[in-house]
Amino acid sequence: MSLDQDDHERHDHEADPHAPNEHRGPDTDVWEHRAAALQEALVAKGLVTPDQVRAMIEDWESRTPALGARLIARAWTDPVFKARLLADAKSAARELLGIDPGVPELVALENTDRVHHVVVCTLCSCYPRAILGVPPAWYKGLAYRSRAIVEPRGVLREFGLELAPWVEVRVVDSTADMRYLVLPERPAGTERMSEQELAALVTRDSMIGVARAKEPIGVT
Amino acid sequence: MPGIHDRGGWPDDSPIDRSEHQPLLWEQRTDALMRLLSSPEKGIIRVDELRRQIESLDPERYETYSYYQRWLTAIENLVIEKGIVTAEELDRRAAELEAQSAQTPPPP
Amino acid sequence: MVKFREGDRVRVRDEARAGHIRTPTYIMGKVGVVSRVHGSYRNPEQLAYGEQGVPEIPLYYVAFDAAEVWGGTSSADRVDVDLYEHWLEPA
Repeated sequence: MSLDQDDHERHDHEADPHAPNEHRGPDTDVWEHRAAALQEALVAKGLVTPDQVRAMIEDWESRTPALGARLIARAWTDPVFKARLLADAKSAARELLGIDPGVPELVALENTDRVHHVVVCTLCSCYPRAILGVPPAWYKGLAYRSRAIVEPRGVLREFGLELAPWVEVRVVDSTADMRYLVLPERPAGTERMSEQELAALVTRDSMIGVARAKEPIGVT
Repeated sequence: MPGIHDRGGWPDDSPIDRSEHQPLLWEQRTDALMRLLSSPEKGIIRVDELRRQIESLDPERYETYSYYQRWLTAIENLVIEKGIVTAEELDRRAAELEAQSAQTPPPP
Repeated sequence: MVKFREGDRVRVRDEARAGHIRTPTYIMGKVGVVSRVHGSYRNPEQLAYGEQGVPEIPLYYVAFDAAEVWGGTSSADRVDVDLYEHWLEPA
């Protein structure tokens, strides 16, 4: 028998005040007990320890898009590093951030005023988590996974990004265990900014390719 | 016909829901368990197996479950499939935890 | 042994089948150009069933004209997909 049968679905809870949606799903509190039960069972078998689980949750908290942003800001200011990032992003990340991306490969894709890459995983939700943190809910959602690959311009418009007709839009479907990081274009008017100031302009969405990097304040 | 997970190009005119989702503890726990079980040191579950199980969810669940609800269901199915724990054991522990929490009033 | 090189034209096998595969249905039967050879990796279609996934299989970054994939209804210009060698044939 499989757990994926009815028993777990029949708990009598009072009506959930939060209507289920794709980001939340049905019956939230049942799932807390199921996750805790799984952990207890695995601890009882000696396969994991509560400390290991805590450490992993801390690791989740520590991985944020600020890591990826450092790579981008360095690439914007150092052409040699940029070349290395585009040739072998995994070793570039290891060198600059001191972390192992923990994936077979990390691949950086350069956006220019002529070519715009946007990343999707149509089959599941592959994402460069080690340097961007957990993916946003929309990246894992069915609408983005269905639509981005066929109508990226419409999807990007929903994110507030209107691309000129002459820009070549390349949608990258992350179907294997390669992980893709978009190197967004450096915004105009940032020539005097420090690497740290530049990193603050690099948003998560710009590294997925659904947005540009932020414009510096004061530039119109 | 593509599997339920094979979404590229599916007719879908719904807008992208861009609201940010604050992770719940059980979601982080589920995530942590999977990453531990699939770590090179433990090597108990492969991410490919997780994907296979998620893809085998019946279409209704696939469509309505949240991301980590799919994950947790898939991990449960995998540890059962591998004979690590039984479905009954997981059910019993979950029921006990639920009974405990029913006795404890929720924090204000 | 890597069968294809950068610049080679390849056709994705049109072999929809049940079970865990990493080739999306929409790309099956389409012709694209290898633009990067990633390296060789264990076969996920076997790893998914608890097997070892060896020998490792070359993995390619293949670029497709969006019109080839979607027949002109797409607002993309190019669709790039990672594909394992056993899914590809010369075109």
